[in-house]
Amino acid sequence: MSGALRAWDILASVKDPEVPVLSVVELGIVRDVEVDGDAVTVVVTPTYSGCPAMQVIEDDIVAALRGAGFTGARVRTVFTPAWTTDWIPDAAREKLRAYGIAPPGHSGVHAPVQIRRATRVRCPFCGSDDTSPRSEFGSTACKALHFCNACTQPFEEFKAI
Amino acid sequence: MCAACSRARRTENGQLTAFFQYLLRLADDRLVLGHRTSEWCGHGPILEEDIALANIALDLIGQANLLYQRAAAVDTAGRDADALAFLRDAREYRNALIVELPRGDFGFTIVRQFLFSTFALHQWEALAASKDVDLAGIAAKAAKESRYHVRHSAEWVARLGDGTDESHARAQDALDDLWRYTGELFLTDDLEQGLVRDGLAVDSAALAGAWRHDVEDVIARATLRLPGETYMQRGGRTGLHTEHLGHMLAEMQVLPRSFPGAKW
Repeated sequence: MSGALRAWDILASVKDPEVPVLSVVELGIVRDVEVDGDAVTVVVTPTYSGCPAMQVIEDDIVAALRGAGFTGARVRTVFTPAWTTDWIPDAAREKLRAYGIAPPGHSGVHAPVQIRRATRVRCPFCGSDDTSPRSEFGSTACKALHFCNACTQPFEEFKAI
Repeated sequence: MCAACSRARRTENGQLTAFFQYLLRLADDRLVLGHRTSEWCGHGPILEEDIALANIALDLIGQANLLYQRAAAVDTAGRDADALAFLRDAREYRNALIVELPRGDFGFTIVRQFLFSTFALHQWEALAASKDVDLAGIAAKAAKESRYHVRHSAEWVARLGDGTDESHARAQDALDDLWRYTGELFLTDDLEQGLVRDGLAVDSAALAGAWRHDVEDVIARATLRLPGETYMQRGGRTGLHTEHLGHMLAEMQVLPRSFPGAKW
């Protein structure tokens, strides 16, 4: 296995500390891996500007790679193109739903800002569309709060951005 | 360091670049508003709002951090992002006055978030085309976050304005009090115009029309009254602030100034 493939394999085991069902690769923040001998540079783009998990994620990436023999592992941050939840693959979205977090819809960042949401978010527990938004902001910057009127459970949504 | 010593050192190091000054304006707006918004942490009227305001504060301070890092890279005095945030005095801050005003009641906080976020969204969307690739990248990311800030505050403005007599009166008072501070957001000057010509900055004055359109729309939905023409306060972009900023900075900066280089 080439060095780069091995490094990608290791990264697939590094989980998002706030959403531990997703790896940093599934989250879409690993943009590139550059290997030169035992020196690996992982090119990462941040999720939210102020996300406090980013530093932990970078430390976890470096620790995992060094533990696997890439002694010169480091992380380089890029801002362009800006991270979007559209990069999260379908299989990872299903993992989110099974974990109890409604997966993100299409980001639609170029549409005008709607004061009221046009679409309802499907409940990850019972599958009902009879839900109400509670807050644009949840336990972390990347999540919103909703309430399911069918199964009367609050739930979180991974926000489309 | 006293202000006079600081001035002397700056002269020694030559003129700070225009781009550095411009980045400070952008960053200081976000850091100061982020700090003001963070004051609600633990004091929100309901749990969801406590969390929402803390998250918005986090976004703003995160944006400020990225901008300070970019500014540090072109600072002729060689300061890092922490030094720019924690070791400058009020007269060296370049934020607009609207963001430094005390947080007031929930209505005041929400109306200010709405007026500023609407401005910030248009500013970020335009800055995403900056010829400085780092600033363009920060702007493209921050614009996405600002969309959520606009939606959050616009929903609340509509709810408060079109709510009870009490919430309507407080939202209207906030709008009337804040209006005279909105003009400064759209002031431009030679420094900015030079950078606009180089493709690095956006013309603040050119953002006024789109901002006004969005604000009028939400104000009307909220059954609030748009304040009339009034004298517009200014001064923040040249370091002339209200008495409130110094007090805020004293609280914000006390730890790194008392324990230089502290880590935790």
